[in-house]
Amino acid sequence: MSLTKDDVRKIAFLARIRVPEERLEPMAGELNNIVGWVEQLAEVNTDGVEPMTSVVETETPLRADVITQRAISDKILANAPDGEGSFFAVPKVVE
Amino acid sequence: MSDLRDWTIASAADALTKGETSSVELTDAFIEAIEANRSLNAFITETPELARHRAAESDARRASGDAKGPMDGVPIAMKDLFCTEGVRTTAASHILDNFVPTYESTVSGKLRDAGAVMLGKTNLDEFAMGSANITSYFGSVKNPWTPEGANADLVPGGSSGGSVAAVAGGLAIAATGTDTGGSIRQPASFTGLVGMKPTYGRCSRWGTIAFASSLDQAGPLTRTVEDAAIMLQAMAGHDPKDSTSLPIDLPDFRSACTTDVKGLRVGIPDEYTLDSMPAEIQKLWDQGAQWFKGMGAEVKPVTLPHTKYALPAYYIVAPAEASSNLSRYDGVRYGLRVPGDSLDEMYELTRGEGFGEEVQRRVLIGAYVLSAGYYDAYYVKAQKVRTLIAQDFKKAFADVDVILTPTAPSAAFAKGEKMDDPIAMYLNDVFTVPASLAGLPAISVPGGLDANGLPLGLQLITRVCQEETLFRAASALEAAANFTARPGDAS
Repeated sequence: MSLTKDDVRKIAFLARIRVPEERLEPMAGELNNIVGWVEQLAEVNTDGVEPMTSVVETETPLRADVITQRAISDKILANAPDGEGSFFAVPKVVE
Repeated sequence: MSDLRDWTIASAADALTKGETSSVELTDAFIEAIEANRSLNAFITETPELARHRAAESDARRASGDAKGPMDGVPIAMKDLFCTEGVRTTAASHILDNFVPTYESTVSGKLRDAGAVMLGKTNLDEFAMGSANITSYFGSVKNPWTPEGANADLVPGGSSGGSVAAVAGGLAIAATGTDTGGSIRQPASFTGLVGMKPTYGRCSRWGTIAFASSLDQAGPLTRTVEDAAIMLQAMAGHDPKDSTSLPIDLPDFRSACTTDVKGLRVGIPDEYTLDSMPAEIQKLWDQGAQWFKGMGAEVKPVTLPHTKYALPAYYIVAPAEASSNLSRYDGVRYGLRVPGDSLDEMYELTRGEGFGEEVQRRVLIGAYVLSAGYYDAYYVKAQKVRTLIAQDFKKAFADVDVILTPTAPSAAFAKGEKMDDPIAMYLNDVFTVPASLAGLPAISVPGGLDANGLPLGLQLITRVCQEETLFRAASALEAAANFTARPGDAS
């Protein structure tokens, strides 16, 4: 399977990364090299093999279901590029 | 003050305890060295005032009999991937170049609480994606080592390139690193240092900027194996804020640093012999096996049949997790925002401008392998291969206690090499990625110099949570190799 320029445009939108028009073709080449290389995994027989879901087998401890942090909205907003009051501000999304 | 590269954590702790020096005196010497060596570009943000303040606090604690332990008062460097309260944290990315965390990562907080003095935040590959420290928004890092008789600038390895340049160049006694596929061990090998990646989950990932969450692990970069043990003790431990951090007690790592390897079974994996590998690396690897034999260890071949597939599996799993982790950089809550007419346009422009080329490439690969219709063929397949790789190790560890390999397939290379071909760059991690995929602890120990006078490392890998075995074997290897060379010795 080979990625086209249009595929790259579509993936770039999925990833919300603006790739300039003139970079789409070279990027398709670069991604195809990488994808072509990882496709060698197809030759590995993985019948009946479970995909790894946990790196180290261990029990996940439960914590008490209590509030540990409150009234930290000023800290959360401290790095916001744009905000009003205790809100993040974004471009208008509803007409 | 004498050659700053003479200091280890252990020797500094000793000198501080005996009152032969103070933390302020030590810290000032390292601040001066940092200022005199800015051409290495090892630091993104220097924090001399904070360092002096913490050094003075350490000296005051010691004066009142409240010194905390071997890290207290020791000047270290912090990879700029650990969030530090009130100190800019960038991940070497334009998208975070104005980010000042309002909280402290667990690892940096533990080191701070142990009394360590942070000198500054070190350079790295952008979001830790790279093996040469050439993808940083803040410029590449220069390796303090130069090839004998030549004047070329070499890369320090990556992604923890600033951390190793700082320690090898005598700008810090030790440094933190993070390792996703080799980002502690490979740069340690390129700079003649000890680099240790503990078992996945030993160190909390909380507050560490995420790359690939099922692989990311913090660890120490130090001059000696004993220092690695001391520093890991301070960094590791269960953290309720990271559900993957291991809920088990820490052993005493430092006391494991004996050199007694009599009867230790050392495995040599057949599959780690590469045709393209320089003969000197093969020779050093053989020498390593001989050293272990000479010390009474039992050396035998083991087989890890799926080794060849580790790197391609990694380059599906890591970008997939990265594309998900990096979705948080959206220009809304923190970091760069590039205005756009719609929300989507704002996202696209922000991420298009904020992420560098390699990060974009990996996020796109990740978005592709996770997209509808391809998820099973790529991501699930890679996670199955990952299971097979972990099983390979499990079988091998029924016969041996540790596995000995080269750390990297080459010594440090010149800036500009391997830059046009991402896959050639990815091959740097061919020996380090398998242990990462299996979550195993592994350490790189300097073994010797190549014909150009550049350091080469040997890697030891062991079972999950057997760091003590690793420290014992690594201490023995360190004693046998007796690596004393330093950058600039030859030229």
